[in-house]
Amino acid sequence: MPRPADSTQPQAASILPPRSVPLSTTTCELCHIRKPFLRRPKTGQKICQPCFFHVFEREIHNTITSKNLFYRGERVAIGASGGKDSTVLAHVLKVLNERYDYGVEFVLLSIDEGIRGYRDDSLETVKRNKDQYVMPLEIVSYKELYDDWSMDDIVAQIGNRNNCTYCGVFRRQALDRGAKKLGIKHVVTGHNADDMAETVLMNLLRGDTARLDRCTEIVTQSADSPVKRSKPLKFTYEKEIVLYAHYKKLDYFSTECIYSPEAFRGTARTLIKNLETVRPSAIVDIIRSGETFALERKKSGTALKLGSCERCGYISSNRICKACVLLEGLNAGRAAVQVNGVGYEPDEGAALSKRLEHLSF
Amino acid sequence: MAVSLTVEFSGGLEALFNNSRSINLSLASRDGSDSPTIADLVVRLCEKVMTSKRRELFVIDGYHVRPGILVLINDADWELEGEEEYVIQQGDQILFASTLHGG
Repeated sequence: MPRPADSTQPQAASILPPRSVPLSTTTCELCHIRKPFLRRPKTGQKICQPCFFHVFEREIHNTITSKNLFYRGERVAIGASGGKDSTVLAHVLKVLNERYDYGVEFVLLSIDEGIRGYRDDSLETVKRNKDQYVMPLEIVSYKELYDDWSMDDIVAQIGNRNNCTYCGVFRRQALDRGAKKLGIKHVVTGHNADDMAETVLMNLLRGDTARLDRCTEIVTQSADSPVKRSKPLKFTYEKEIVLYAHYKKLDYFSTECIYSPEAFRGTARTLIKNLETVRPSAIVDIIRSGETFALERKKSGTALKLGSCERCGYISSNRICKACVLLEGLNAGRAAVQVNGVGYEPDEGAALSKRLEHLSF
Repeated sequence: MAVSLTVEFSGGLEALFNNSRSINLSLASRDGSDSPTIADLVVRLCEKVMTSKRRELFVIDGYHVRPGILVLINDADWELEGEEEYVIQQGDQILFASTLHGG
């Protein structure tokens, strides 16, 4: 039955091809030989495992070469948490470095936030990765960098509400300091396409237009950090990362941080996953949108003046760097506990957040 | 007649199922026929196997596997096998892997 051209009603049965035409292929759409094992979310192609490994690695290689991420002889630190993303990143970078002869020297760099039952276990994974991938490993801890404060100590003092703020500020600086210790100026991280889409969405929902186009950049070199960051997995879907790790039987650790995650990010994440189910290309499409949104900048009166923190000497556009502002609050709280035997004022956390907001990020 | 199968959990889902990574099950369909589907399996896992009260971390809208959880049937993406309607075969190995955790 021919379908009327002006019909607006879906007539699924009548527009399907005759049954003799197979609706799905039974062999891999790339090699046309083997049985397909997965459907690629990015392209919808049904492919087999060997073809999957090939395109997965090849795409990351293309990202690396087209964006000139590395140069021969460069020493690069891989921010390694022991989780799936950084483990796959380390594995793939090792494979590609050998296959395509990048001539890059990779080092694993891990941050020990001091979270018992979470980071101590994942660091054991990183220590195994060190041997599996034959890469040196450097671990820097919050405790050694920040006046003997571990995240466990911080949460014990400030409670479970603002802890991600502390952890975020501290981790960023810790990665820089770890890299500096190693004499390295470039850190790669395992942020994947889903993470990028999530961040675009969060910036959009917060009206954070200044970060909207910046957050999708594959290489970031911000004024207040001496170290370049890049994200070779920027276009790699989380689904494929998990499948790759599973099929390759990579050794990784998966447990959520025991402290409450940011509720807002969780909501954005759920939204992204729901969108992916309906329209798998949504993830790269959101990244594309983020890349293309370049809003006209307000003319800023004064250019950002770079100096170094009066307390710790770390590069900062403020008199005192963000980490030291947070530390000051923590140490004041600790002193109050020691002197008066009373608890930390809950309002102080909010006041600190306020103070942080006024610092430029 | 029921079929026996192995169910595996990874990516953090272990925590919802008494920290087990792998369990063996014998499963019949809810309507008593010989061909239980993944949908039957998911109901069984939620009702009888899950030890956590946080069911919403595994299913949404009743008994539908939450987006962001990969399902592999004998290592193949369930999207190639008919998803919830896949009829479980004797000896099948079914993996539920969460992608929702940080990396």
